[in-house]
Amino acid sequence: MALLGRTPVAPLEYSRTLWMRLWVGAVMIFLYAPLIVLMIFSFNDSKRNVVWRGFTTKYYEKAMANDALVEALVNSLTIAALATIASLVLGAVAAVMLWRFRFPLKGAVDGTISLPIIVPEICLGVAFLMFFAAVDWPTDLAWPFNLGAITIAHITFCFPFVTMVVRSRLASFNREQEEAAKDLGATEWQVFRDVLIPHIKPALVAGALLSFTLSLDDFVITYFTSGPDTITFPVKVYSMVRFSVTPEVNAASTLLIILTVVLTFIALKLQGVKAIAETH
Amino acid sequence: MTDAPKPIIQIQNVTKRFGKMTAVDNVSLDINAGEFFVLLGPSGCGKTTLLRMIAGFELPTEGRILIDGQNMAGIPPNKRPVNMVFQSYAVFPHMSVADNVAYGLKIAGVKGREVQDRVTEALELVKLGGFETRMPDQMSGGQRQRVALARSLVMRPKVLLLDEPLSALDAKLRAQMQFELSELQEKVGITFVTVTHDQDEALSMACRIGVINKGEVAQLATPSDLYEYPANRFVADFVGSVNIFEGKLTLDEPDRAAVDCPGLGKVYLNHGVTGPHGADIWVALRPEKIYLHVPGEGKAVKAAAQDAPDGYNFARGRIKGMSYLGDITLFEIELETGARIRVSRPNLSRRDQEDFTWDDKVSMHWRADSPVVLLG
Repeated sequence: MALLGRTPVAPLEYSRTLWMRLWVGAVMIFLYAPLIVLMIFSFNDSKRNVVWRGFTTKYYEKAMANDALVEALVNSLTIAALATIASLVLGAVAAVMLWRFRFPLKGAVDGTISLPIIVPEICLGVAFLMFFAAVDWPTDLAWPFNLGAITIAHITFCFPFVTMVVRSRLASFNREQEEAAKDLGATEWQVFRDVLIPHIKPALVAGALLSFTLSLDDFVITYFTSGPDTITFPVKVYSMVRFSVTPEVNAASTLLIILTVVLTFIALKLQGVKAIAETH
Repeated sequence: MTDAPKPIIQIQNVTKRFGKMTAVDNVSLDINAGEFFVLLGPSGCGKTTLLRMIAGFELPTEGRILIDGQNMAGIPPNKRPVNMVFQSYAVFPHMSVADNVAYGLKIAGVKGREVQDRVTEALELVKLGGFETRMPDQMSGGQRQRVALARSLVMRPKVLLLDEPLSALDAKLRAQMQFELSELQEKVGITFVTVTHDQDEALSMACRIGVINKGEVAQLATPSDLYEYPANRFVADFVGSVNIFEGKLTLDEPDRAAVDCPGLGKVYLNHGVTGPHGADIWVALRPEKIYLHVPGEGKAVKAAAQDAPDGYNFARGRIKGMSYLGDITLFEIELETGARIRVSRPNLSRRDQEDFTWDDKVSMHWRADSPVVLLG
């Protein structure tokens, strides 16, 4: 303990106690070991990918050359981007509306808005399948319009998350700021733009991150709403894994993990980690 | 032309109801241009509602409000020639100090150099020169309030409204800001209308005070008139500390009067009351206007008092409570009638408080012009 022993451990300094460090270490291993194994085995020079046979990057080349896989990835990213933008607008507007205004059936809207989060995904998936069949949704549209059905489904379960985080942020809004802005001459729209939006910005960033990742890795609902030409990345990986878990799947997954980590990092940088933490 | 004060705000028969609750009840009152006006009252008396109606955040149920002669009905808050300093200050947290102060100017379409000049001028006025690039979360509560002040003053409003401006500050800072606000008001010459529940704040800053009780104006007067000539029991009790005794008017002549109070005995006044003989009235007596005799000193005074009953009133009692406050000591004295009276005594020398202790028999006197007779 000579290294840490500068000052005695205070009663509430749990982070400096041995048992807490061991516990945190165990949690980290539990959470991240599978991901790290997946990443390591993406460099495995073995088709069956069960035992380590040497280092190679050829599966990355193979994955990048797999047109179907790349197309699925592009589809997934496109859907995630579209769903995120739509969810942000819809979710934020719903949150502000529920917070700010009184209108008929407000209680009903308030109670059912988070239903898509609660309803089991499999039910939503089946519901969407039946809905799109019933309205005879066209399946032969050109890219990216053929992603419409999946995007709509994703928006449905993404926007309640945005509403949730934005509402919790709005609860801490000081109405006197709104009045102060009006007092200084601002119109309703200027109040919204100059005072309310800056206040909920951290929640918007958090909501966007949530929507993007939820959309990107959704399997169940997507499986039910995707057509033969609109395969997304998780669905594609699933179909590949059904034959065998090749390092190619690992390589593609690793790329996706790196992509999401980078995106999250950029978002946090843009916003300041502190502001994100404030929303919780 | 006489130099009769020109009203900048005219509140005419204004009533405000929230559902069944009447917050403001038929209030009429004029606020003069260039004065420091304070609305004083207990919490929930409707004073803030009145202020918010002037600002336009609430609309009167009945009556009308004129600002500089113009009827404000139908004019939204962002179009009124008044600005408000909010209780929470409501400084925009995501904007720098300079951006906060410049916000109203930018909305008003003021451009470039002028914005900068006026922001600098306003910040200097509130002694925040050099703080332009600070963010609000790097400032103390007092500094944030100055930002809020500058943000309003920069708009050069006809009236500046302040909602409980000093309530969030600590005692020392509050005393300092009282002076600074008065000074600032004199310097800029803008009409200030402040809402407060703190009588010290009101007395120290105001040109005139409107005391509000249960949505009605209880009295409208200068600070000293309010304190020395309260119009009714509510004002006497709310502004400062007071002893109130119920009594009957037994003598009422132009130059003298007497009130028979069961609690206090016979109280002599050196002026007429013009009230109905035998009517129930109240006598209000401020604790600092009663002179407490050091035990033993009383006899001589009593002798003098008996010679001149018109000039002095006299009473005897026993000390039941004492609280030493440094500059003064407060006594609670049980009179011979069983009623209790509060008396304050300045500690003029360092050992003054040692002259008294609990259960001491004491006597006291007060001048015949000290009690205030209240008819309501």
